[in-house]
Amino acid sequence: MSDLIDQARAAAAFISDQTHEQHLDRLLWMMRTRRDEAARRVPEWEQLRDLASAIKEHTLSNLAHYLEMFESRAMANGVTVHWAVDAHAHNQIVYEILSERKVDLLVKSKSMLTEECETRSFLANRSIRVVETDLGERIQQLDDEPPSHIVGPSWHKTEQDVANVFARAYGSDKNNTDPVYLAGVMRRNTRPLIEEARAGMTGANFAVAETGAIVTVTNEGNADLSANTPEVRICSVGIEKIVPNNEHLAVFIRLLTRSATGNAITQYTSHFREPREGGEMHIILVDNGRSQRLGMEKFWSSLKCIRCAACMNTCPVYRRSGGLSYGSTYMGPIGIIMMPTFDVRRYSELPFSSTLNGSCTNVCPVKIDIHEQIYAWREVMEEKHQIQLVKKEAMIVASKVLSNPTLYRIAARAAEPSLNILPRIAIYNRLNAWGRHRDIPQPAREIFHDWYQKNRSSAVGKEAEQ
Amino acid sequence: MSVDHAIMQMAIRTSILKNVRDNQPSLRELPEVPKFHSEKPVDLKALFIASLKELAGEVVTEPPADFDKFLKDRFPDAKTICSAVPEYAGNSRPEDFTRWSDASRIDVTIVRSPMGVAETGSVLLSEEEFRVNTIGFLAHDIVILLDPADIVENIHDAYSHPHFEQKAYSLLMTGPSGSADIGGITVHPAQGVMTLTVIFWPRAKTDVRSQSETA
Repeated sequence: MSDLIDQARAAAAFISDQTHEQHLDRLLWMMRTRRDEAARRVPEWEQLRDLASAIKEHTLSNLAHYLEMFESRAMANGVTVHWAVDAHAHNQIVYEILSERKVDLLVKSKSMLTEECETRSFLANRSIRVVETDLGERIQQLDDEPPSHIVGPSWHKTEQDVANVFARAYGSDKNNTDPVYLAGVMRRNTRPLIEEARAGMTGANFAVAETGAIVTVTNEGNADLSANTPEVRICSVGIEKIVPNNEHLAVFIRLLTRSATGNAITQYTSHFREPREGGEMHIILVDNGRSQRLGMEKFWSSLKCIRCAACMNTCPVYRRSGGLSYGSTYMGPIGIIMMPTFDVRRYSELPFSSTLNGSCTNVCPVKIDIHEQIYAWREVMEEKHQIQLVKKEAMIVASKVLSNPTLYRIAARAAEPSLNILPRIAIYNRLNAWGRHRDIPQPAREIFHDWYQKNRSSAVGKEAEQ
Repeated sequence: MSVDHAIMQMAIRTSILKNVRDNQPSLRELPEVPKFHSEKPVDLKALFIASLKELAGEVVTEPPADFDKFLKDRFPDAKTICSAVPEYAGNSRPEDFTRWSDASRIDVTIVRSPMGVAETGSVLLSEEEFRVNTIGFLAHDIVILLDPADIVENIHDAYSHPHFEQKAYSLLMTGPSGSADIGGITVHPAQGVMTLTVIFWPRAKTDVRSQSETA
């Protein structure tokens, strides 16, 4: 990979347009609120989170065994199982399956793994047309953009943006921004392609070792259509997606959609064990760095992720900067801790796109310690000398001040009057990355320590008077 | 697949599994999963109705006295009604759609589910009920018969159903297809059925085959 990703710089363009910043912030906060309500309605919610975490940790700690079990059950079910060491190998397998059957149109449902592997462009370069059948993913495909969110790929776009994309691609009415109308435009244009295609492709939310089943979770039913309608079905599965059996699967099904959108379940929760009658089914088990990540003491637990995106919806940085600013397949807090495992230099700045407020960890349904891993990645970047000089110098000064209470109080007392009297250019300059696109909040009139000293003294005095 | 290709695949498989074995952390314990049944009595029918409503599915609580009239009133423009149930003939059967994509000609599909889930409002369907799977998605609308006695409390109960271990394709279907990809609010239609109606309709006592499977 090549250039360093500068998330803060990329976010600038997004933030400069208040319409989109506010649209995304409002939409994602709605999802977060709905997630909270859904969690409150399930008395055993926290117990489910503990179980989900423990099941995933067990499975990952015995992953080779479960992968072999899954493979043997899937083969016994009549499925052809392939293994891919990396993205290129995965894409090559897909291409060979399609080209051997002279397939030139592939209908595909949303799969972050195929985004990770850049499968669409690989196939397009070999004259195979790929049509995304998920509405959000199709919008992004037509607009030549990657997904900006792992659940709602086009959530950063307003209704007007979508109307413009469809008007350009399909000749629909660009003044009609009604989502029902726009979803209808998608249906009219995509369904004929699903009926025509001879091959379909999906990802997998889960793979069940004991039954050899692939489980997909969608609202639109497009995974079912892509898998059931054509004769050839290809399913790409990251090796970390295994769960031991259906009893364990139940825990994740209860958590996944509630964490993602606040609904109890999606419209289609689908389990594919065998090829459809008269058809064939291929499963590609993909490593692409996962087995290496499994050996990273501080970071292996990120493999527990079930791609609900709750961490993105709650993250103040993500909500206000948009997913495309991360320049990566996985974005937001989970992306920050996953992407450096792919390329530590390219994604060395991502761990600094976080307030470390811990909200991501609190909402994670499988209890990944996301904010602690973000901090740990900062330490890795320091060790590997991947931190920019300005940031490094600032951190050295901050470290000295924050570790010394006397120095801290002197600095804090000096900050308030300084912020009020310093010229704007002295505060909002190149050294203040945070202040580039935001105003610093009005400082408090006094620091907490001074307030506490005063009020504590008076409270103690009042008690003494009684 | 050529012999060379098969040998190469075997080598890749071995290499991935070795890397996984070498790197996987020390073994963690696999926890027991409780069934999480409510301590208070649950009105399964009422909970099912409320749950399905959240995803825009509708429940009719009694079998209509005149099912033919019910369908005509509900789907006045429907011409092709595909029935996969013995309770109603319709004017086509799943087997009529030998090319699976032809099921897009169906206006209304009628099918029976062997299980409902109160917690989520889901119904279970598989190739046994559909016979041709695409009649469940490519049709314009779907009507699902469900014996209220077949409703289980939650998803943990649901996964005890043998379909999940035996069928090629098992689906928990919960409402008509929708999408929240534009603006975050779920709208219909998406790619699949436009409406989903469940009718509480006890199965015929003679339908021994289906009853034994859900026992």
